[in-house]
Amino acid sequence: MALTRRALLAAVAASVSLAAVTAAAQEKFITVASTTSTEQSGLFKHILPEFAKKTGVQVRVVALGTGQALDVGRRGDADVVFVHDKPAEEKFIAEGSGVERKEVMYNDFILIGPKSDPAKIAGGKDIVAALKQVKAAQAPFVSRGDKSGTHAAELRYWKDAGIDIAADKGPWYKETGSGMGPALNTASSMNAYILADRGTWLSFKNRGDLAILVQGDPRLFNQYGVILVNPAKYPHVKKAEGQAFIDWLVSPEGQQSIASYKIEGEQLFFPNAKR
Amino acid sequence: MNTIGPAFERAVGMVASADPQLWEIVGLSLRVSLAALALAALVGLALGAIVAVAQFPGRRAVIVVMNALLGLPSVVVGLLVYLLLSRAGPLGSLGILFTPGAMVIAQAVLVTPLIAALSRQAIEDAWREYREQLRSLGATTPRAAGTLLWDTRFSLATMLLAGFGRAVSEVGAVMIVGGNIDGVTRVMTTAIALETSKGDLPLALGLGIVLLAIVLVLNVVAHMIREGAQRRYG
Amino acid sequence: MRAPQSLLPLSLERVGFVAGGRSILADVSATIAAGSLTVILGPNGAGKSVLMRIGHGLLAPTSGRAVWNAPEAPGAPRRQAMVFQHPVMLRRSAIANIAYALELAGVAKAERLARAYRALEQVGLAHLAERPARVLSGGEQQRVAIARAWAVRPEVLFLDEPTANLDPGATAAIEQAIRAIHASGTKIVMTTHNLGQARRLADEILFLYAGRLFEHTPADQFFAAPRSEEARAFLKGEVPWH
Repeated sequence: MALTRRALLAAVAASVSLAAVTAAAQEKFITVASTTSTEQSGLFKHILPEFAKKTGVQVRVVALGTGQALDVGRRGDADVVFVHDKPAEEKFIAEGSGVERKEVMYNDFILIGPKSDPAKIAGGKDIVAALKQVKAAQAPFVSRGDKSGTHAAELRYWKDAGIDIAADKGPWYKETGSGMGPALNTASSMNAYILADRGTWLSFKNRGDLAILVQGDPRLFNQYGVILVNPAKYPHVKKAEGQAFIDWLVSPEGQQSIASYKIEGEQLFFPNAKR
Repeated sequence: MNTIGPAFERAVGMVASADPQLWEIVGLSLRVSLAALALAALVGLALGAIVAVAQFPGRRAVIVVMNALLGLPSVVVGLLVYLLLSRAGPLGSLGILFTPGAMVIAQAVLVTPLIAALSRQAIEDAWREYREQLRSLGATTPRAAGTLLWDTRFSLATMLLAGFGRAVSEVGAVMIVGGNIDGVTRVMTTAIALETSKGDLPLALGLGIVLLAIVLVLNVVAHMIREGAQRRYG
Repeated sequence: MRAPQSLLPLSLERVGFVAGGRSILADVSATIAAGSLTVILGPNGAGKSVLMRIGHGLLAPTSGRAVWNAPEAPGAPRRQAMVFQHPVMLRRSAIANIAYALELAGVAKAERLARAYRALEQVGLAHLAERPARVLSGGEQQRVAIARAWAVRPEVLFLDEPTANLDPGATAAIEQAIRAIHASGTKIVMTTHNLGQARRLADEILFLYAGRLFEHTPADQFFAAPRSEEARAFLKGEVPWH
C-alpha cells in the first residue's frame, strides 16, 4: 500500500543518513576532556597531529571549564582528563575516578588591564599587591566565575591578599560565568582588569585598549596535569590508547612538541614532565 | 567598532575561495541536520497524522502538550539528551556522546515536536474537509491518514523546511552533546560561538554568512512551494 | 457461487435524529426499493441531507434504524457511493481522483487507469484527465465527483443537492449524467429543493418537511395531486425560508 511503501522509504533514508553521519567515527580515537583556555590557545591543533601520525589514534578534545572537564571524566564520558588545577586533580584521583596524575607542562597567568590603568599596577611583579590595589581603587574587574582552573587561581590570589572576595565584592567586580575568551571580550568592552592565561591572551584578537600589566610572579605559574580515567570504574575507557597519549605527552617527543608551539614567536607552554 | 569591515572582507574571501576548513564545517552541519530532519519527519509526521485522525481519550490534552513542546528550549534538550547518552546514564553503552550521532539525536528531539504539532494542525484541517468523502469512498482510518499526508504534501514540505532551519540554526543542544570537537562535532553554530568568543571574527563571520544564506534559501524555496503549488494544484 | 445479494431495498424504520438539542428528523419510515429514480424533495432545513447521510451510513440515527437488505461487510469495498453538494477533490489530477476510488474498490492496478478514463469520457471530461482536479470549475469538479462515484459501479448512488451551487449549463450536464447512470442500472437516491429538477428527474418523490416525511408517492401523482397541505404549499412556492 502506498502509505507503508512511503513510510518504509523514509525509514531507510533516515537510517542511511544517520549511519553515514556516524560511520566516519570508526577510526581509532580517544576522548580527552580539557579546558577551553588550552584549546583556544591553539596548542592541540599543533601537537595532536604529531601524536596521530605516530600512533594512528585521533584525539578528540572536548573543551570545557576545569570543573566541568573533571565532571565529564567522573561520568566516564572521557578517556583522559587534561586540566590545570592540582587540588581538584588530586581529589579526582582520591575519589577513584582517575588512576595517576602526571605533570606535563605549565603556562602562566597574567593580569591584564586597561592602558589607562586606574589602579596603577602596570609593570608590577606581585600579583597579590596588584589585586589589593585594584580593590582599593574599586576599578572594574572581570572574573570568569565558572569553576575553571583560572577562576580557582584568581580566588586563591584574592585569599592570599587577605580579601574575602565573596563577601567584599562590589559592583566593580563582574562575574561572567563564561570561558576565557568571552570573559576577555567583556573586559575589553568594559576596559576592566582581568586575570587570564597567556595562551588565550596571545591568540585573542579583540584586545581593545587592554595590555599585560602584571606578569612573572611565580605564584602565577599554572601547572597542567594529565590523568587516565579509571578503567576499573569504567571498563569501556580506552585504556591502551589513553595511556599511549599520556606516555607520549611526557615523553621527550611530546615535550618537544609542546615547547615548539609558538604564537608570534613566543612560547606559550613550558614542558616540565618529571623523568 | 571598526573591526567588522576588514573582518567581513576576509570572511567573504573565505567563502568565495572555498576555504576547506569552513566548508568542512558547513558540510558536517548539513549532514547532521538532514539526518535529524529525516528522523524527525518520520516520527513527527506519523504522530501528527495519528493524532489528527484518531479518536482516543485525552486527545485534547495530547494536542496541548504537543503545541507546548514547540517552545522546548534547546539547551534543555541538550541537557536531557546528554544525561541520557552519558556513560553514567541509561544509554551510555551506546557510546555516542560527543559524536555526530548524539547531535543528530538532539536535533531530532528538538525538531520532532515542531513537525508533529504543525502537521497535526494541517492534517486535521484537511481531515475536516475530506472526512465524509473519504469515508464514503470506503477508506479505512489508516488509509485516510496516508491519503491526507499526501494531499497536504506542500504544506508539509514547508514545515519540513522550517524544521531544517530550526535544526541547522540551533547551538545549545549540539554544543552540550557534541562537545564542539574540532573536526568531529564542530558545526556552523558552535564554530561561530567558539570563534566569536576567541575574538577571531573572519571565520565566524564567514560561517555566519553561509548560515544566513542557507536560511534565506530555505525560506525562498518554502515560499516558492507555497505559491507554485497553490497556483498549480489548487 | 451465488451472486451477492442486492443491497436494496433500504428500510427506514421510524428514523429520528436529534443534534444539539434540536430534532432534525422525526419518525421517518419508508422503504426505498430498486428500479426507480428516487428524489427526496423539500425546502432548506427539512432534514434531507441528514436523512441521506443516515442512509449512506455516515451518520447513525439517534432513534429508529436504517437497514439494508444485505448489509455491506465492514472493510469490504463499498457497494454504494455518494456525491456531496460540495465536491471534495483530492490534490491530484482528475483521473487520479477516479483511480483512487477504484483502488479502494479493489480494482486491479492494471485496469484502473482505463476504467477511470472511460468514466471521465462518460461525463464528457476526458480532455481534462491530467488537469489538477482542484483547479477545475465547480461544475467540472462535480462531474468528476460523479464519474468517480460511477466508476466503481455502485448499486446505489446517493446525490445530495448535486447542482445547488451550479449554473444552469452545468446543472444540465449533471442531470444528463444522472440520467445515464440511472439508465445503466444504478439506483439513484438524490435530494433537491429545486422543483424543476425534481419534475425533470424523479420517478418517485419522498417529500420531507421540518424533519417529517409527509408523502412517499410516484412523481406524476405527487405533482398532479399532492395529498398534504405542506406539499401543496411547497409546490405553490409558499413555504417560508428557515
